[in-house]
Amino acid sequence: MNLLIAEKIVKRYSNHLALNEVSIAVPKGGIFGLLGPNGAGKTTLIRIINQITAPDSGQVIFDGRPLQADDVYQIGYLPEERGLYKKMKVGEQALYLARLKGLSNAEAVAQLKVWFTKFGIQGWWNRKVEELSKGMAQKVQFIITILHQPKLLIFDEPFSGFDPVNVNLLKQEILRLKEKGSTIIFSTHNMASVEELCDNIALIDKSKVIVTGGVNEVRRNHGDNLVEILFRGDTGLDTLLTPIYSLVAQKEQNGLQAATVRINDPQPANQLLQQLIPHVEIHGFREIIPSMNDIFIKLVS
Amino acid sequence: MKKIFLIIEREFLTRVKKKSFIIITLLAPLFFAALLVTSFFLQGVKDTEDKTIMVIDHSGIAEQALESADLLTFVFSPATSLDSIKQNFKQEKLYAVLVVGQITNNAPVSLEMYSFKQPNLDVQKNIERSLKRAIETEKLKTYNIEGLDAILADVKTDLLVKTFVWDESGKEKASNSIIFMGISYILSILIYAFIFMFGALVMRSIIEEKASRIVEVIISSVKPFQLMMGKIIGVASVGLLQFIIWVVLTIIIFVSVQGFIGGGEAGQMMVADPVTQEAMQQFAKEANSSDMFTVIANINFLPIIISFLFFFLFGYLLYASLFAAIGSAVENEADTQQLMLPVTIPLIIGLLLMVHAFQYPDSSLSFWTSMVPFTSPMVMMARIPFGIPTWQIILSLSILFVTFLALVWFAGKIYRVGILMYGKKPSLKEMWKWIRYKN
Repeated sequence: MNLLIAEKIVKRYSNHLALNEVSIAVPKGGIFGLLGPNGAGKTTLIRIINQITAPDSGQVIFDGRPLQADDVYQIGYLPEERGLYKKMKVGEQALYLARLKGLSNAEAVAQLKVWFTKFGIQGWWNRKVEELSKGMAQKVQFIITILHQPKLLIFDEPFSGFDPVNVNLLKQEILRLKEKGSTIIFSTHNMASVEELCDNIALIDKSKVIVTGGVNEVRRNHGDNLVEILFRGDTGLDTLLTPIYSLVAQKEQNGLQAATVRINDPQPANQLLQQLIPHVEIHGFREIIPSMNDIFIKLVS
Repeated sequence: MKKIFLIIEREFLTRVKKKSFIIITLLAPLFFAALLVTSFFLQGVKDTEDKTIMVIDHSGIAEQALESADLLTFVFSPATSLDSIKQNFKQEKLYAVLVVGQITNNAPVSLEMYSFKQPNLDVQKNIERSLKRAIETEKLKTYNIEGLDAILADVKTDLLVKTFVWDESGKEKASNSIIFMGISYILSILIYAFIFMFGALVMRSIIEEKASRIVEVIISSVKPFQLMMGKIIGVASVGLLQFIIWVVLTIIIFVSVQGFIGGGEAGQMMVADPVTQEAMQQFAKEANSSDMFTVIANINFLPIIISFLFFFLFGYLLYASLFAAIGSAVENEADTQQLMLPVTIPLIIGLLLMVHAFQYPDSSLSFWTSMVPFTSPMVMMARIPFGIPTWQIILSLSILFVTFLALVWFAGKIYRVGILMYGKKPSLKEMWKWIRYKN
């Protein structure tokens, strides 16, 4: 079941095409990574989902029906370029933004108290934003984004500007939100956090979706069918392999031989092992799956 | 709609709670009152310098015509050489040298005044007035008319135009052009200042939102147009509140000052001063009363204030939407200079036309520019105290309002593209392109 589906979204600005028939499907209750280099069109797509701009053609389906004006109450958005009113007090400001998202004054105050306590920032309520550090202000923004308990959360580069301790705190919160059933769209350049957090991804490059699917599926599909074999023995593997396998590299490692082998014709890895077991003593065997980082670089460059 | 009220509320409260707002709102009327009181007292300050004026008379009548007054002494010089007087000028502590030319038929009499510093305007007027009548009489005498003295006594007339204005019911009211001019001048300047001040406030606050990058968070909750309108209306309500407080405080101060000085006493004080006596009488005559306070109190201020509120509001709305469009397009105030020009020039033209309008409130230039929406707030406000037909006011307001609706639509288009545009300084041409963007 998908919470959000974008169908063939096209958005053209005066001299360039920002989105060219972009389609994505965001399953309910998962974390969806929206990846891509700068200028690929991610922010435009996010703005269309937030109804900040409208697509030239195509449509967005939210929770089973076309996106409508009131759906802004069901979406929480933390933009990449974010800020707060510098001269306004933290509490007043949080309250204002929460009420703009449809919370009543009383609800907003109650919710804010809970979150301010959770993040250990109760003492900031009457401080002006200009007195806060960038990281502190980011925490306030994060709270404001999730306060109205929206069905869909959109985080654009949420970790930029945080120190590692707070990045961790934020990751825990994001995972907790997912457990509670929120659906999250997560746009980032940080591929390590994609592997750590995301269930599904879409990679956008030059205004088009070039890959989409589950993270593991994408990684496996973009593997080069390489396996690594650890074994004991003096023989070079090349003499033992039938032509559908080719030896990419072999080196000595902690008294064992480590060989990287490409399987040219997809077939069960067991067959390779059966070929080798009579000749060498196998100590280890694993499939080499590329990291998201490798896939990103390979596809985008 | 609920959200636009939230925005208005924030824009209003954050400004009204500022110390600077409270201080300016409370102090400005006191400042105006101080200015008023000071100018009253300054009028009472005597000119205490004794002035001796040496007269070289070629006409033969100046000695009779120029009578020495308290501070003004005329000395008639037997010498005819300007140079010799010039040499002794400082020794004899002269104020000026007056040379009166010969009287010849069909030619103006030359009057020349020499001094080491610019002679006082009052002294000049005094001499001109005294000599004019004497020379006229002298010239008449050359026609050898019988019984001239009796004729002259009969002909001597003082003229004063008393103006009356009929109100709707046909009743006469004493009118007063000087006071009307004063009021219309103050009101149009106020309109200009308010539009400029609060329009620029809208612009600055939009730039601030854009520069602090909060704008994208907000427009994920509200439509950009709602944000823009909320801001414009919020700032307008700050302006209206300020104006109302000023009116109320000014009335309070005015009433208490009136009680303090007392209308009649103020008049007597002026008349009692011998030097300014003549000027004051002149002024008092023109004012149709020796008591300025009574005249001002007799003016019906309510329609004027109501028109002021409407012209301020609509004029502000018109210009504020332009200021908003500019604010959305730039990232800092320094970049606004070039874009501001097309907005400030009509405002300044309006101010210049206003100066014409309060002198000639019914000229066709005044009429037409009080209909053109960009100048009408200032020009119409200058005309209203003189009393103009209601249909003109309503027509002018309607044109203003319709133009505002059109402009705010354009401004909204520019605004929603502009607030998300970073990194380049837009030109007017670029902004024109934004208007044609779909969403």
